[in-house]
Amino acid sequence: MEYETVIGLETHVQLGTRSKLFCSCPTDFGGEPNSQTCPVCLGLPGVLPVLNGKALEYAVTAGLALGCRIPETTKFDRKHYYYPDLPKNYQISQYDRPVCVGGAVEVETPDGAIRIRITRAHLEEDAGKLVHQGDSPTSGVDLNRTGIPLLEIVSEPDIRSPRNARLYLEAIRQIMRYAGVSECNMEQGSLRCDANISLRPAGAEELGTKVEIKNMNSFAHVEGALAYEEKRQAKALEKGEEIVQETRLYDAEAGTTRSMRTKEYADDYRYFPEPDLPEFHISEEMIKRLKGCVGELPLERKRRYMSEYGLSDYDAGVLTGEKPVAEYFEKIVETGADAKKACNWVTQDILRVLGEKKIAIGELKVRPKGVAELLDLIEAGRVNNTLARNRVFPKMAESGAAASEVIEKEGLAQVSDDAAIEEGCREAIGANPKALEDYRNGKKNAVQFLFGQAMRVLKGKGNPQAVRKALERLLSEEGGGQNAGRG
Amino acid sequence: MSDYTLSASAISRLVRSGDVKAVDSVSSAFTRIEQVEPRVDAFLHLDRAGAMAAAEAVDRMVASGADPGPLAGVPVAVKDNIATPDLPTSCASRILKNYVPPYSAAVVERLRSAGAVIVGKTNMDEFAMGSSCENSAFKPTRNPHDLSRIPGGSSGGSAAAVASAMVPVSLGSDTGGSIRQPAALTGTVGFKPTYGRVSRYGLIAFGSSLDQIGPFSRTVEDCALLMKVISGRDPRDSTCSSTAVPDFLSFLNDGVRSLRIGLPAEYFIDGMQPEVEKSVRAAAEVFTSLGARTLDISLPHTRFAVAVYYVVATAEASSNLARYDGVHYGYRTPEAVGLVDLYQKTRRDGFGDEVKRRIMLGTFALSSGYSEAYYKKALQVRSLMKRDFDLAFQDVDVIIAPTTPTTAFRIGEKINDPLSMYLSDVFTISANLATIPAVSLPCGLDSSGLPIGIQIMAPPFREDLVLKAAASLERALGIAPLTADP
Repeated sequence: MEYETVIGLETHVQLGTRSKLFCSCPTDFGGEPNSQTCPVCLGLPGVLPVLNGKALEYAVTAGLALGCRIPETTKFDRKHYYYPDLPKNYQISQYDRPVCVGGAVEVETPDGAIRIRITRAHLEEDAGKLVHQGDSPTSGVDLNRTGIPLLEIVSEPDIRSPRNARLYLEAIRQIMRYAGVSECNMEQGSLRCDANISLRPAGAEELGTKVEIKNMNSFAHVEGALAYEEKRQAKALEKGEEIVQETRLYDAEAGTTRSMRTKEYADDYRYFPEPDLPEFHISEEMIKRLKGCVGELPLERKRRYMSEYGLSDYDAGVLTGEKPVAEYFEKIVETGADAKKACNWVTQDILRVLGEKKIAIGELKVRPKGVAELLDLIEAGRVNNTLARNRVFPKMAESGAAASEVIEKEGLAQVSDDAAIEEGCREAIGANPKALEDYRNGKKNAVQFLFGQAMRVLKGKGNPQAVRKALERLLSEEGGGQNAGRG
Repeated sequence: MSDYTLSASAISRLVRSGDVKAVDSVSSAFTRIEQVEPRVDAFLHLDRAGAMAAAEAVDRMVASGADPGPLAGVPVAVKDNIATPDLPTSCASRILKNYVPPYSAAVVERLRSAGAVIVGKTNMDEFAMGSSCENSAFKPTRNPHDLSRIPGGSSGGSAAAVASAMVPVSLGSDTGGSIRQPAALTGTVGFKPTYGRVSRYGLIAFGSSLDQIGPFSRTVEDCALLMKVISGRDPRDSTCSSTAVPDFLSFLNDGVRSLRIGLPAEYFIDGMQPEVEKSVRAAAEVFTSLGARTLDISLPHTRFAVAVYYVVATAEASSNLARYDGVHYGYRTPEAVGLVDLYQKTRRDGFGDEVKRRIMLGTFALSSGYSEAYYKKALQVRSLMKRDFDLAFQDVDVIIAPTTPTTAFRIGEKINDPLSMYLSDVFTISANLATIPAVSLPCGLDSSGLPIGIQIMAPPFREDLVLKAAASLERALGIAPLTADP
């Protein structure tokens, strides 16, 4: 039988506030265990939570970026369960009045764009983590993470394939990063996700029994776990077996999922309104101000780059992948530089340097104006493209010096003087009789070789068009060559 | 040598003027404690060394001409559910035995910066659950007026410490009457402020939407003085109001001329001790003679108060007490095999019966399938009760009522009958549910010589009305005489 896969994701985004959700402890990753705690996040007797206003703003900003409605008021609730990483044995979360309601994300897939609806997004505090040490019979508890603000984004079961689940999650990541509310780093746990997946006969309306999958720590895991689960469920259904409603853990090494616990009786979290916190009012002004912070979403921006600058889908995607990169690119274009040339420079040279140096674009010493100047100098023939790429730009990235400064200091100015170029070409030909011979015998490669030799004599500074022209003229004067190639 | 019968206001005046040294005031309190405490058992922890050091610091300030604050050198006892970083804070529970918090409650900071000297932590019903102090895991406290009787609860230790003049003032907490009921039964003044008037930061939670810290004293003036020190906004408690705190002492001489006083029919019920009703009605006549007008009013939803309270308070308690699991601090069972066993045995052995009873009640009230019928329904009725008061306060300025249906009962009399124990809070619970301020002050003695308390309630944040009525009544009746040596 043909089955349709139905997937919904619960995504936890760690909001990038400097302090925790209900106390002023820092949220930095990787501190000594329990070094970033206080009586409040330790849940000691008698303490009270105080909402971090920034976290609420980030949640609203994220909600706006996801197209959610922001109700006028929102409140917190307690969710109860016992676990050693949860010091109060309840989590302050939101039950029936979350900060963000409704919404949708448009996701591009190889089969076209799809729209995944968002049910809700709510604020909650993170738990700590257990630290198991070797064979020791005891475990430690690290509460540094306890109380860090999370936004849980719940999607509708609108996703129809494991691949699209990954693409949706990547889109969420990109939107959150654009909105500036989270780094969404899956390795550090600032983006986490659980998935619900069920199968139903193609064309059926009723949903099948769903299975929840946890422990997926990368985008690839999400796709891999769901693909495995999709097959497992299909096989079971083929055999006429019933799907058990349960939570399954993904085993990345084996590429399989295994049962964690069956939900024979549903967890009873005994939600009730958090009496230690008042209702919070979200004003029109706040929404208006935060809407301004959201700005253009990644997909909108990508489409604009394609239509406005005539960039390819691929290039526009690379440029808009990260908001700071897109903004950098736009600043170059604002100076009047050619968008395609600016695009090439950013997607090739700048991203390469960032990768080599392992830095963010904001840390790059060359600012957009510097790139624009370099593009101008290339355009004006003051330096050739190869030198600009291999010598000038790396130097600029190293020292932060302006392009013209580097060119002058390093003596990299392009040589366009006819006499000097002709001299260089003659020298190259004279020094390579074998190549000349080959040329005369009609070997195409010879011209390209001699071009390289001439550029070498000119220390790479020759104007490539002028050098090629001069070389071709000299060779034809030498005679015999009918196949002066274009190299 | 200072006199242990002095009020806090008098001690502070004498210490600030340099006529009495804070160290003498404090050592006089300890002399009295040594004499009386063995019979009363009001304290769980005493801190003579810390108190003397604090008193010396006050004396140094006086000597240097600095202002030591409005409670300079005043010995204060603090209920054991209020966090003190230098003294154990056990809530009278085995599960927190010897637990010393690493931080200070907001009210403790305020007391100390006002020059008060904390002499010790007082006994209570475990986690403030009870009306007799018999639910302490460690010992019962006795009523100084009759050592065979309970002092009330849950703040019984703080009440008894003031009633027996070990300290002039103390702090308690009131979730359903835990300040006013023991105040009534020990012949002291006990104030439950408006919810949100005093920071709960550092008050170990029982019913978070009901809990308030408040003072015990022997005089209304001392009550106003303590209220002035502990009230006011605290950024660490989001439920603490930023409503301006007036000078509570300034209302004491205002009198009650043309004050409209309501007497709710629902607070004079069958089965209450006739002497209690008589005393309260007599007090009403005193108010009339002072120029106030009394009106019969109705608070029709009062009959639901106990039921609503035992759903809301236990629901919140079941959540608040979830953290005591033996993992992070406090008592941990030595015999656990695995995590669930650790939780179960720690809580089985760490909590007393009443606490377990309430955790179970509250867990049930919140559980899926029942929370609509219990918890949500209780919240709805709670808002009806609030509306009763709102409507009543359109016609009257304050409401007076008996604080308790009876005077102090005997130790052991009700401990095996939780329901009759719960009913001793029947008149005090409503003020917590309605979040309004209420005081209990002495208004007479029954035929056995046991104190009777009258309760005065006012609209939210109108502590001024409560205090001015209380001060007028106190002037008319005279300050309750100090207990003879218990």
